[in-house]
Amino acid sequence: MVVIIDKELCIGCEQCLDACPFDALEMQGDFPEVGDSCTLCGSCADVCPEDAITVPEVERAQDDRAAEAKGVWVYAEVRGGQMPEVVAELLGQGRRLAEQLGVELGAVVLGHGLNGVAGELFALGADVVYAADDPRLAEFNDDIYCKVLSRLIAEYKPEVLLAGATSIGRSMIPRVATAVATGLTADCTGLAIDPDKRLLLQTRPAFGGNIMATIVCPTARPQMATVRPRVMKVGERRDGFQGRLVTVSMEDQDQAATKVLEVVQALENNVNLTGAEVVVTGGRGVGGPEGFQVVSRLAEALGGVVGATRGAVDSEWIGHAHQVGQTGRTVAPKLYIALGVSGAVQHLVGMQGSDTIVAVNSDPNAPIFDVAHYGIVGDLFKVAPAMLSHLKQLRGQG
Amino acid sequence: MKIAVCIKQVPDTANVKLDPETHTLKREGVESIVNPFDLFALEAALRIKEAAGGEIVAITMGPPQAETVIKEAIGYGVDEGLLLSDRAFAGADTWATTAALAKAIEGLGEVDLVICGKQAVDGDTAQVGPGIAQRLGLPHVAFVKGFREIDDKHLVVERQMDDGYDVVDLPLPALMTVVREVGEPRPPSLKGKMRAKKYTVPMQGAVELGLDESQVGLAGSFTQVVKVFAPSHSGDRRMLEGSDEQMGAEVIDALVDTQVIMVGS
Repeated sequence: MVVIIDKELCIGCEQCLDACPFDALEMQGDFPEVGDSCTLCGSCADVCPEDAITVPEVERAQDDRAAEAKGVWVYAEVRGGQMPEVVAELLGQGRRLAEQLGVELGAVVLGHGLNGVAGELFALGADVVYAADDPRLAEFNDDIYCKVLSRLIAEYKPEVLLAGATSIGRSMIPRVATAVATGLTADCTGLAIDPDKRLLLQTRPAFGGNIMATIVCPTARPQMATVRPRVMKVGERRDGFQGRLVTVSMEDQDQAATKVLEVVQALENNVNLTGAEVVVTGGRGVGGPEGFQVVSRLAEALGGVVGATRGAVDSEWIGHAHQVGQTGRTVAPKLYIALGVSGAVQHLVGMQGSDTIVAVNSDPNAPIFDVAHYGIVGDLFKVAPAMLSHLKQLRGQG
Repeated sequence: MKIAVCIKQVPDTANVKLDPETHTLKREGVESIVNPFDLFALEAALRIKEAAGGEIVAITMGPPQAETVIKEAIGYGVDEGLLLSDRAFAGADTWATTAALAKAIEGLGEVDLVICGKQAVDGDTAQVGPGIAQRLGLPHVAFVKGFREIDDKHLVVERQMDDGYDVVDLPLPALMTVVREVGEPRPPSLKGKMRAKKYTVPMQGAVELGLDESQVGLAGSFTQVVKVFAPSHSGDRRMLEGSDEQMGAEVIDALVDTQVIMVGS
């Protein structure tokens, strides 16, 4: 199903072609033709000066789950006894959504040896904790984790389920959404509630991060989203708060088909981009592998980590573990310094949450300056050493 | 061993530029390519076939012109291809996409292993692989970065995690998604290219897959795009002036003043 263009009204101005985020429109003679990549998003209809474009209503199968479902849930991932930071962020955001909807916030945790985890989840915002503590859940295996979580969803019918867009979340949650037959939006960077329709408005970068799209799941429940780490704000702690603990029992036939033989904790080349307080990133402007020396010297002086753009990584100037952006890591450090980074949108979505952004680039029109707090148009090979020597001077090391 | 590899034709998003005035995408000269992560899936399939023998079928879903990605896969050494194409598939979300792909894989008979790239660079969802596994009732491992053991009963794979990696035993039949560390894709062979030229890509639509129009495309999707907009950026910016040396020193002073960096007392 695609948008309908009224050829009587169309004047062939082609504005809709530019507006279409999905490249679905193409001129065939005097009129645009709509291709299969149309998603009925309506961007074309919004810009059409002649109101020649109609977005047809999609007939969807009736689904009565919306009426029954209630509550916001967070999947609280645990690995090796540790909860990643994103769980606190999800509970912070989940709390705000639950309050807007006037419902409880639940947290689901699966694992083994979960002592103390429920208390932490209550402190982070959960009203109810559903905990399955079983040796069969000691290691992460998609099929059995999916089975247990799907069963809980079928039993308790939450209206929203959030999970971190982590390796575990992005592997297991799509399987869960398929098992319970509902929609899932990946890697969201914005979540809000449409109060009239009680719908979760899920915003994420689309099209390689070049545009943002807001997505809803109108009829099926729960409305599921994975959420990008380091985007949502952690809520206020309520230490000592005692919520309701629901102990989840397993069934005899619950067995994972896969088996984890070994867990190797090793950050590739010791690059801990996502946890860094300072990231100094080199782009194509550094010119080659040698150019990264100035990047790493500045990073080292600031106690930071070296980042790189996709362009620099694809040119093999530096390893993939350093990549910041849509297909690399998302970072939100206190200080982000971009050296010779032009600022492709797929890069910007991975770093624009940084508290302070400094950009050095020789091109005054580089899009990186749109997100920078301090912009320097200049030669990075002069500016960065000047930064370094001034820093050393201030520290009395010069 | 029979291996199915799911591949996707995508716009080369790395080269998409935004129009700074209108904040819309400039698409002139943007080419269609095989999703880069799917090339690693093809490479993984070829390596597994080399180790365990068997046959590889590449499947794609898209408009009729997506047959070029199947031909490209044949060029790399894949045995057979299949294009799923139907106007009714248009606008599918990952739920409706996995409905069609899972049916197509079922139609291939006994498949031992399904391989997908970790995600497509246009959608970046990473949802299709695990979704297919669930629909087919297969175990899966996502983000596989290497192989320890390969035989016709099981694989031992290395699974990339946020804090390192896991070594996982995966009994077949199963599905996995792969990341770039599984191995650089080989170049297409001359023999493969010759075969690709003559190869007629089989095509199936909703009817051939035994799917109703309400199960595929936009009508069969749970999610709906309600708004699309350009990313917004905050406008609180200070452009420094002076020589390169002056600006370098000045920005450090500003960062120290605002306590972003500490220099001791």
